[in-house]
Amino acid sequence: MWTWFHQLASPPTFYRFAESLAPWLFAAGVLLVGAGVYGGLFVAPPDYQQGDAFRIIYVHVPAAALSMSIYVAMALAAAVALIWRMKLAEVALVAAAPVGASFTALALVTGMLWGKPMWGAYWVWDVRLTLELLLLFQYLGVLGLNRAYADPRAGARASAWLALIGVVFVYINKKSVEWWNSLHQGSTLLSFEGMRNPKISGDMLWPLLVSLAGFYLFFGAVWLRRMQNEVLWRERNTRWAQERVAA
Amino acid sequence: MIGPALAVFRRELLLAARRPAEWAQPLVFYGIVALLFPLGIEALNPALKVFAPAIVWVGALLAALLAVERMFRGDLEDGTLEQLLLADAPAPLLVAAKFAAHWLLTALPLVVAAPLLGAALGLEGLPLQVLTLSLLLGTPTLMFTGGFAAALIVGTQRAGILLPILVLPLMTPAVIFGGGAVRAAAAGLPYAAPLYFLGALLVLTVTVLPFAAAGALRNAVE
Amino acid sequence: MSNLPIPGLNVVNLAVARGDRTIFEGLGFAVAPGEILHIRGRNGAGKTSLLEVLCDLRAPAAGTVSGRPEPHQQHWIGHKNALNPALSPRENLAFWCALNGCQQPGLDAALQRVGVRALRHRPCGSLSTGQRRRAALARLCVAPRPWWYLDEPLAGLDSSGVELLAGLLAAHAAGGGAAVLTSHQALPDTLSGVRILELVP
Repeated sequence: MWTWFHQLASPPTFYRFAESLAPWLFAAGVLLVGAGVYGGLFVAPPDYQQGDAFRIIYVHVPAAALSMSIYVAMALAAAVALIWRMKLAEVALVAAAPVGASFTALALVTGMLWGKPMWGAYWVWDVRLTLELLLLFQYLGVLGLNRAYADPRAGARASAWLALIGVVFVYINKKSVEWWNSLHQGSTLLSFEGMRNPKISGDMLWPLLVSLAGFYLFFGAVWLRRMQNEVLWRERNTRWAQERVAA
Repeated sequence: MIGPALAVFRRELLLAARRPAEWAQPLVFYGIVALLFPLGIEALNPALKVFAPAIVWVGALLAALLAVERMFRGDLEDGTLEQLLLADAPAPLLVAAKFAAHWLLTALPLVVAAPLLGAALGLEGLPLQVLTLSLLLGTPTLMFTGGFAAALIVGTQRAGILLPILVLPLMTPAVIFGGGAVRAAAAGLPYAAPLYFLGALLVLTVTVLPFAAAGALRNAVE
Repeated sequence: MSNLPIPGLNVVNLAVARGDRTIFEGLGFAVAPGEILHIRGRNGAGKTSLLEVLCDLRAPAAGTVSGRPEPHQQHWIGHKNALNPALSPRENLAFWCALNGCQQPGLDAALQRVGVRALRHRPCGSLSTGQRRRAALARLCVAPRPWWYLDEPLAGLDSSGVELLAGLLAAHAAGGGAAVLTSHQALPDTLSGVRILELVP
């Protein structure tokens, strides 16, 4: 297991591994997202309170879940990169950040679109929306820091320190914003949590789970592809990378 | 062990004495930000009192950020940073000493100025005291996160706007609990809990961030 | 000089990278106490990077460096002087001593030795390049340490400054100390027994 892991860390091996895995992940992801969205839009019954507006959850919930998961994945990659100085972990971190920022933005936009019919305003200082906004800034920090360095390794390692500290603050921010929001009793009734939890029927649930799985697989495919590009760029002076590009 | 940290601390004070203007800037900036705010609203608007904690907190935050960007820049340029990292003392301790000196020089004056600005914005009595206490507890967190961010960007060429983007998401809890404590005090509710949160944040950042900052500085030198 | 027993520095199969570019690889050599090693090479050959790896400022891309001295056994004088321009040579030196926990016995004597005693209370920012270089070299005199890593120590020094450094190096090696240094210029002939390592890309 350990030797396999070690071999995988070598750029050419990883590149071949990703090359064979990514198409499958991509196909499975697209298939599941398609099925989930179809189920959500056409099979699931309208909500008795929200009508058809609730159907945005089939995009919003997976995007929001991914936005958090990707930051945690980045922090894990950061720890590996800093402790073992593993190049592939740096690549994983750098490749995940823009995707994570995109999903965070998607979660924000869909959350706001959902908010309009629910609250009558695109922006309400709801716990989840506020957290997504803070998370977006954290992603932008990682992205900006990585870009600011001329040397990609130094940029990746600085980003790794930020992601490692940042993930602690994702949690602290969550607790703080929840406390802050609890001071206004009125809005908790209208929070996403309150809307989502009360007895979601099976017809509504399965498309959500399918869509969720599809989004994760899709992210896996995109992540691998971005890592491949980053590896190629970093290894552009080596023979295997040049042969790969020429082929 | 404590000698080298003390050396770093004293050097910062000596440098500040040589360049007093650099340390006065944040305080002036703080006053300007906080006192321009009422001019944006109509005179004698009672809403000002409600916003006072946020104004005083955000003003302090921005003022502290003003000075923090240069924290390691000079040391990197003249080579002192290499000596700090190679010194016969743990680098996180030296970094912590530097942060502490910066807190004393830039943040403590802001804490002292806070009651004056708070009073000018209409706060008085217990809320004003709680506001000052919350800043006293919150500014070390601010300085240590700011210093950590400064260590992250010191290896880059130009990163002016980057620093606030790095620091602000990490400062959200301090602003929330700082402002929350004052509001609780103003409403006659118990205000100890948010202050304890600020204390917990202080302990967390003061113990963890010097290590992360030292790691980032090593990376910048490489 | 110091009478601490020092092991030799042993470099095996070393590769050094800056960013994603490998500068050199497969480098091996050893430095024993009493030796002076002069690293030469073209611009960009990796002289400074090699020196940084030796004193543990930079991690190698591959290979090992064994027998590294403890922090309090080595002097690092980079191409930057580590002198704050707002502080005087004496204040800078006093800070360095306090930072490293060494007693401060003759700050003035050390500054005298490198010839900047008369300037010791002027801010470093007002000194010339050569005078600042001398002020940085004063660290070598104030705390005896068996290992010296000097990056371009001759840069900016006038002929008397070069002689001064040669004298310091000779006394250091005679006392059993080791020094690794980079320099474009040849070291003065008065300094004997210098080994040369040519870095070829």
